Amino acid sequence: MYRILRKQRLNPTVTRMVIDAPKVARKAQAGQFVILRVKEDGERIPLTIADYDAMAGTVTIIYQIVGATTMLLDRLEQGDAILDFVGPLGRPSEVKHLHKVCVIGGGVGCAIAYPTAKALHENGAEVTLISGFRNKDLVILQEEFQAVSKTCHLVSDDGSTGKKGLVTDVLKELIEQGESFDEVIAIGPLVMMKFVCLLTKQYSIKTIVSMNPIMIDGTGMCGCCRLSVGGEMKFACVDGPDFDGHAVDFDEAISRSSTYREHERKAREEACNLFHKEVAS
Amino acid sequence: MYGIPEFRLPKTIVQQEIEGLKEMGVEIECNTVIGRSQTVDELFEEGYEAVFIGSGAGLPNFMNLSGENLKGVYSANEFLTRCNLMKAYQKGGDTPLQRAKRAVIVGGGNVAMDAARCAKRLGVGHVYIVYRRSMEELPARKEEVEHAMEEGIEFLLLRNPIRVLGNEEGWIRGVECVEMELGEPDESGRCRPVEKNGSNFVLEADCMIMAIGTSPNPLIRSTTEGLETNRKGCLVCDEQGRTTREGVFAGGDAVSGAATVILAMGAGKTAAKAIDEYIKNKQ
Ligand SMILES: Cc1cc2nc3c(=O)[nH]c(=O)nc-3n(C[C@H](O)[C@H](O)[C@H](O)COP(=O)(O)OP(=O)(O)OC[C@H]3O[C@@H](n4cnc5c(N)ncnc54)[C@H](O)[C@@H]3O)c2cc1C
Ligand SMILES: Cc1cc2nc3c(=O)[nH]c(=O)nc-3n(C[C@H](O)[C@H](O)[C@H](O)COP(=O)(O)OP(=O)(O)OC[C@H]3O[C@@H](n4cnc5c(N)ncnc54)[C@H](O)[C@@H]3O)c2cc1C
Ligand code: FES
Repeated sequence: MYRILRKQRLNPTVTRMVIDAPKVARKAQAGQFVILRVKEDGERIPLTIADYDAMAGTVTIIYQIVGATTMLLDRLEQGDAILDFVGPLGRPSEVKHLHKVCVIGGGVGCAIAYPTAKALHENGAEVTLISGFRNKDLVILQEEFQAVSKTCHLVSDDGSTGKKGLVTDVLKELIEQGESFDEVIAIGPLVMMKFVCLLTKQYSIKTIVSMNPIMIDGTGMCGCCRLSVGGEMKFACVDGPDFDGHAVDFDEAISRSSTYREHERKAREEACNLFHKEVAS
Repeated sequence: MYGIPEFRLPKTIVQQEIEGLKEMGVEIECNTVIGRSQTVDELFEEGYEAVFIGSGAGLPNFMNLSGENLKGVYSANEFLTRCNLMKAYQKGGDTPLQRAKRAVIVGGGNVAMDAARCAKRLGVGHVYIVYRRSMEELPARKEEVEHAMEEGIEFLLLRNPIRVLGNEEGWIRGVECVEMELGEPDESGRCRPVEKNGSNFVLEADCMIMAIGTSPNPLIRSTTEGLETNRKGCLVCDEQGRTTREGVFAGGDAVSGAATVILAMGAGKTAAKAIDEYIKNKQ
């Protein structure tokens, strides 16, 4: 069992937890993830290692409540324990060779972008950060981002915080102003990553994206996380999750991500009903 | 525990075996992936004198067909995991599995039979097994084939898929297949199937399960120095289960490629003796 040492709500649907998991912490690197299971017979879900402290033996996860399992996870409090917590899985992000990088985070993707930005910063790279959210209530991690970047841009879809617009607007503006980057690292919704890649392709800037397809085992066993990269089949859990964004078939990934949409909607409703009943009784 | 369906090997039997091991004092560390959480070298550093690798052959093969990444196309591993281990068949299990009407299983081994029977038991109306050779060459055990037939699985032999067709929403709607004939024997001694020109036909389906074999997971070999593997990625061992690295032993599917439980258990026993000898002689 893996104890929850701290729990903190970052916005109405996003929570941060610090988990006691010394073995995972000892090996963790930016870009890797864990797979956890809240209860026996529960679903296994992947979450990025948002931060880690090898000395203290802790791993931080940041998750958005989107469905049945994240709802169940969110019912646990400080002092409770998670049943299974396997990791670190996946390949670490490659940060060593980079000097000047633009890191883009969209929504809860910021939780995945943060450890990479931090690792870049610690390696002496100059980081420009662009984060985008739907509105001001959903903003997370701004202080953390400022601490690891040289400049930090914030945009929102409705203009309720930061500049009104999309992350691609800011990126385009920076490039047009003459900024140059060794690489752009974009992490967020598939559609956002797709459009960042379309933009950077025009300017021939190498772009890395973090792919988060549905996963089961996270060790290469099931093939359900497969995607097409440069015409080849790759397993995101063992070959990624980071890939060359210009080679990824986003349309296929977007289609595959909707496989269980109907089931998820039902599971979420059932979970909601169950929790409401418990609260009521 | 993930692959073999309940009707073939009840989980309670496996559980009893595990309990037996625990009673004998074997410590089981769950949630540890060797090569990621810890490496083989680190196990030695911790003071273990020998390591046995029994990591199986878990990596599913695909055929690289166009449309293989459409929704509704699974590896047998994924399908059976969702169904057996994660109990997608139970109401209340959290892991989803699509409800299909017509399923095509590609392959002719025991895994294909299991996947077909699981699909049938989940309520799929038509379940087809598409295999490129004839009944004679079908690699599954005879009883398995008989059971599958009894349960109403439809066998399409001497057929091979060449393309997966999708609808506008990205779901599979059919599989384009081609008829095959048996030609000259190949190096394995079995007749090589060759496509019959112009025999293409479309099999309507909303689910396709690829059961065309697995290969060993590269995670351990790629993170451990001095472990030799063969062309197929299987660990190279002598008859005692000794790998090319001192103190490291291996057995089961990781060495033989996908095989059987009995062979894997035998390999474990042989290696246990060799490990015992190795540690005694070291002192
Ligand atoms: C490598 C990786 C890293 C991730 N890191 C984070 C993170 O740091 N923070 C975060 O909030 N989310 C992260 N996710 C997404 C997270 O795994 C899903 O939000 C979670 O599984 C949803 O489960 P649910 O039952 O609550 O929702 P569901 O209702 O089951 O699903 C809601 C959405 O989550 C996706 N999803 C569902 N099950 C899985 C699964 N097993 N694997 C992947 N995606 C799934 C579905 O496509 C769906 O769109 C990551 C995913 C991957 C693959
Ligand atoms: C669907 C299906 C049906 C089958 N039916 C039969 C049957 O009826 N009869 C029969 O005899 N055989 C059957 N087999 C074959 C049989 O399951 C295998 O031959 C046997 O399980 C091999 O045993 P093993 O110990 O070598 O590997 P496995 O049983 O595959 O065990 C490997 C274990 O190692 C773990 N592992 C892998 N990598 C790592 C790592 N890096 N770190 C830590 N752990 C790791 C895996 O999670 C797994 O638990 C079937 C196989 C399948 C898939
Ligand atoms: S999650 Fe199963 S192979 Fe990647």
